[in-house]
Amino acid sequence: MAEALRTADRELVETTRSFAFTTKLESIVAWGRKNSLWPMPYGTACCGIEMMSVMGPRYDLARFGAEVVRFSPRQADLMIVAGTITEKMAPVILRIYQQMLEPKYVLSMGACASSGGFYRAYHVLQGVDKVIPVDVYVPGCPPTPEAVLDGVMGIQKMIADGAPRPWKTSWKPGVMR
Amino acid sequence: MTNADITQSLQNDLRAKFSGVNFDYNYAFGNNVVHVPKEYVVSLLKHFKDTGRFDFLMQVAGADYPERAKRFDVVYEMFSSRTKERVRVKTQVGENETIPTVIHIWKGADWFEREIYDMFGIKFDGHPNMRRLLVHQQFVGWPLRKDYPADLQQHCTEALPIHFDNDPSYVPDPNKDLVPLNIGPSHPATHGTLRVMVQLDGEKVHRANVELGYLHRCFEKMAETHPYNQVIPYTDRLNYCSAPMNNIGYCKAVEKLLGVEVPPKAQAIRVVLAELSRIIDHIVCIAANAVDLGALTGFFHLFTYREQVYTLFEKLCGARLTVSMTRVGGMANNPPEGWFKDVLDFCDRMSVGVDELDTLLTGNKIWIERTRGVGSISAADAIEWGYTGPCLRAAGVGLDLRKAQPYYGYDQLDFDVPVGSSGDVYDRYLVRVAEMRESLKIIRQVCKNIPEGDYTIRDKNIVLPEKKDVYGNIEGLMNHFMLVIKGLRPPVGEIYDATEAANGELGFYLVSDNSAKPYRLKVRPPCFAIYQSFSKQITGGQVADVIAVLGSMNLIAGELDR
Repeated sequence: MAEALRTADRELVETTRSFAFTTKLESIVAWGRKNSLWPMPYGTACCGIEMMSVMGPRYDLARFGAEVVRFSPRQADLMIVAGTITEKMAPVILRIYQQMLEPKYVLSMGACASSGGFYRAYHVLQGVDKVIPVDVYVPGCPPTPEAVLDGVMGIQKMIADGAPRPWKTSWKPGVMR
Repeated sequence: MTNADITQSLQNDLRAKFSGVNFDYNYAFGNNVVHVPKEYVVSLLKHFKDTGRFDFLMQVAGADYPERAKRFDVVYEMFSSRTKERVRVKTQVGENETIPTVIHIWKGADWFEREIYDMFGIKFDGHPNMRRLLVHQQFVGWPLRKDYPADLQQHCTEALPIHFDNDPSYVPDPNKDLVPLNIGPSHPATHGTLRVMVQLDGEKVHRANVELGYLHRCFEKMAETHPYNQVIPYTDRLNYCSAPMNNIGYCKAVEKLLGVEVPPKAQAIRVVLAELSRIIDHIVCIAANAVDLGALTGFFHLFTYREQVYTLFEKLCGARLTVSMTRVGGMANNPPEGWFKDVLDFCDRMSVGVDELDTLLTGNKIWIERTRGVGSISAADAIEWGYTGPCLRAAGVGLDLRKAQPYYGYDQLDFDVPVGSSGDVYDRYLVRVAEMRESLKIIRQVCKNIPEGDYTIRDKNIVLPEKKDVYGNIEGLMNHFMLVIKGLRPPVGEIYDATEAANGELGFYLVSDNSAKPYRLKVRPPCFAIYQSFSKQITGGQVADVIAVLGSMNLIAGELDR
């Protein structure tokens, strides 16, 4: 009897191993999250046009599970800030960011969004990180689509590793940094 | 008529009309200028309009000269589509003075005057909506005055609520139950940073207003603080859908002020670049317009061709979108071996692409239903607002600067100017498709006869020597050093020069004080004038048509807000 049970148990374990695996809950959640990023494209300027190329047929962001572009911030978890953010736009982008649900990530695409770029000017915000926390900065003016894909992969890695994000946890809305 | 004749006939004309007043005339750098006291501006412009001598008010610009008794210049740029004459009317305004508006003569003066108020603080008497246009509502000061520091930012903490103060004469009807609707500045159908505010009566737009400036990147102030050649990358980012065209327009203006002509080979390359840009600009416009109305296929299909043009640009200079390929005096370098062959191959593929686009949309019942009769505008109204480019031609006015004021050998080329009839969204689409075909025709003609010779002039005061000379001999090193230290210095003077960009007349009003940086650079962005009419055009229509009209105007926030 005991022998039969042991055999059945061993068979069960072997069968299960053929289609299942063990993992930690947070890892499997992270795996799901990183492969189904829904971008909210905040395209304001030239970078927005390059972002269209990233989504377009040649570079095809869909390969990274991020093709479901949501223009409603409530349905998105990755904000791609593509283009110059002006002082006039700052309160708007802050509100859009606040409307996104957790967990949320921000990719700053290009020199303008990252630092104001070569617009050291009276009406240009010197980097979107002054108002919202940024996870990945992609350099370029505008960055090549390859660079943007690399940035998205950076976000994916960040999600998979579950690395701490102090810039996000210490962030307070409405406080200029 | 030569330009001197125009000046003479203008003088005779104005002497007869305004007897006893002596205006100051001059002719410089190919432009006719009339200086008038500000009291005469309205009657002079009215005279121009009534006699039909000038039918376009291309732009109104301001300029600041702090050391002068009357510190500001207000400049009116006139154009006649009949005789192709241009004249610039200039007047001076003191610091705390006002100047009468010309909005009742040309509706299109509206935003140009508001922009001058926004940038210089000059008030226009009688303007119905003298409010800030580009910078945010909490901004204090006048940024384009010479005493405002270019990098002094002022933070904005509040977004503007929905407002309709563009029409002060509006009387609310208490019996109407109106619903306000805000679209943008972050909305997929607004192509960037446009903001449209409407009040709806059911599905109908009862009244409308737009807010702009969400992408005001201070181009003009940046131009004043950078040497001439360093302004070129900024011009890329005006209309970023067709960046090379802005480079060309700007360089052409500076070259005209310098009095140099670029070599035939540079001209040919510029024409090829301009027409390639026109094609990809129209691709974005049509594809985005169709996407907004639910036709996604065109976008994905057409972007394949856009990518091919990017590859051509990349081969030429290494950048895809913002190419900065031109230099004052010519091009940055020679195209690589076989580049023109690649362009010709692309033309063959693109011809097929345009035909495919044609079969996708032109006969498409849904597309026709959504666009025909939507956003129509008459030729007279279009001129009144300052329309240029495909939107004007769709309304039936065959004005194209490539024909009207040919440059870079466009008059030697065989191409047609497609013209529509009703000015609606469908006609604009048809005109753009036809223009893509014409552009292909132009590129083929030019590529088959690329002139021999240099790609740039070799004036040591304008163009940097080649690197092999800089590193190879003392003279090259010296010339390089001198030009970098001293800078490119055009003579004292001012110029307005325009090219036909993808959206219409792209003009640069450039003032030089013989320093290494432009004293004042004002852009006349084509879509700025077109967008002014938007709230009028959508009022009374369906709310769904708002998006169709918006897409057909091809508004590029970069050149709209600058």
